[in-house]
Amino acid sequence: MTAQVITVSSGKGGVGKTTTVANIAVALAANGVKVVCLDGDIGLRNLDVVMGLENRIVYDIVDVIEGRCKLRQAMIRDKHLPDLYLIPAAQTRDKNAVSPSDMVRICNDLRPDVDFVIIDSPAGIERGFRNAIAPADRVLVVTNPEVSAVRDADRVIGILEAEEKRSPALIINRLNHALVKQHDMLSPEDVLDLLGIPLIGIVPEDESVIVGSNRGTPVAQDPKSRAGQAFRNIAKRIKGEEVPFLDTEKQAGLWNRLQKMTGRK
Amino acid sequence: MNDLASLIHIKGLRDGLLVSLVEGPWEEQRAVLLAQIDGQQTFFQGARLALDIGPQVLKVNEMVDLRDVLSERNVSLWAVISESPITEKTAQLLGLATRISKPRPEETHNFDTRNLNEETALFVNKTLRSGARIEYSGHVVVLGDINPGAEIIADGSVIVWGRLRGVVHAGAKGDFSAVVCALELLPIRLEVANVVMNDVSRDGSSKPEMAFLNNQKVIVETWQPGT
Repeated sequence: MTAQVITVSSGKGGVGKTTTVANIAVALAANGVKVVCLDGDIGLRNLDVVMGLENRIVYDIVDVIEGRCKLRQAMIRDKHLPDLYLIPAAQTRDKNAVSPSDMVRICNDLRPDVDFVIIDSPAGIERGFRNAIAPADRVLVVTNPEVSAVRDADRVIGILEAEEKRSPALIINRLNHALVKQHDMLSPEDVLDLLGIPLIGIVPEDESVIVGSNRGTPVAQDPKSRAGQAFRNIAKRIKGEEVPFLDTEKQAGLWNRLQKMTGRK
Repeated sequence: MNDLASLIHIKGLRDGLLVSLVEGPWEEQRAVLLAQIDGQQTFFQGARLALDIGPQVLKVNEMVDLRDVLSERNVSLWAVISESPITEKTAQLLGLATRISKPRPEETHNFDTRNLNEETALFVNKTLRSGARIEYSGHVVVLGDINPGAEIIADGSVIVWGRLRGVVHAGAKGDFSAVVCALELLPIRLEVANVVMNDVSRDGSSKPEMAFLNNQKVIVETWQPGT
């Protein structure tokens, strides 16, 4: 086994990087793929909360780097999925506690034993971001269909291109089909038109995502959630499977369908 | 590497340190620089470094590597000054400065168009994304888009074979004959010589357009083949 290292990044904060990492990891590990998540947001860690593993943390990534524990000891196994592990960030330190070469070394140590290493990048384009992309074989850029998020995604893609990383793939998160229809939200076409990189997934806006994050059970485990389905599809595409994109019309919800049936729209 | 001091020159500037390296293979220059920094850690702690590498051509990964090893030593690389246009372009695309001081405003008016011959165009074969800044002392030709948040400052004209949605300043040293052409001209800001285009919020056209100066105003016209 030699793992593929995937970094999830966005530039702007709050677009759903951590949620994306947790959900893709859960979707991959549910199918027997061995996954390690690495929280790169030193000082503002969240991934442990979203994955529901907060109370199991003993050692973190800085402990590994500074030699206080072995890599194995910092890997927390998921409650439900035996193939899913988390290496948490340190909460009491800052980004300067880790260097790009530390990240490369940790990932190289993980590579022989797992299938995927998924790194949650912090917001911004400074040290923490540099650390997160240094070991990446592939970068997924998450954006929301709004101008500021797309602008920041463009900046991140520019940096990745300048550093001659493999071309990143795009995830459009929190798409609200009703707003797009009223021309109050950028459409996926508008976003792709500006960014010009391949799309790997569109995730519809879905309240169950927030509920799942708060409970520590990512929605990719919920077979009924539309967002969960979108994340499961992204996981399949990461593994190289061809999955057709969900028809956004069909995602528009029950109310819309009812309106259509009754001929009001 | 018997005498470090003779291979490296360090000068204090207003904005940081200017380090010039004596010509040689890059591995040697890099080793000399790092040895110097490691030898005087307190002096270099938290420094902003401008590196003058003369005619040396640096590849992207060499420059990224240098920036990362410097940042691990708490030294930030903010500028790479080079005689090679390739290295200059690489540095600009990585967001590093390539000139350490801006030309004074009074210099900008004595512009000599004879300086611009057909050899002084920079060809950029990619889309310029937010944060990219290209400064060039000649014409600039881009095969790709100029996205919002990207900037081109050229002493000559700017030709964009793509959509122009960022900031462009043509004739930046005062060349009134400079033009800006794009397949779709929708800039956030467009300037020719010292005149700023007024109606940037217009709808634009899906046809190729050209912006030029006429009577101290920036005029935009649909480009006509054969004119």
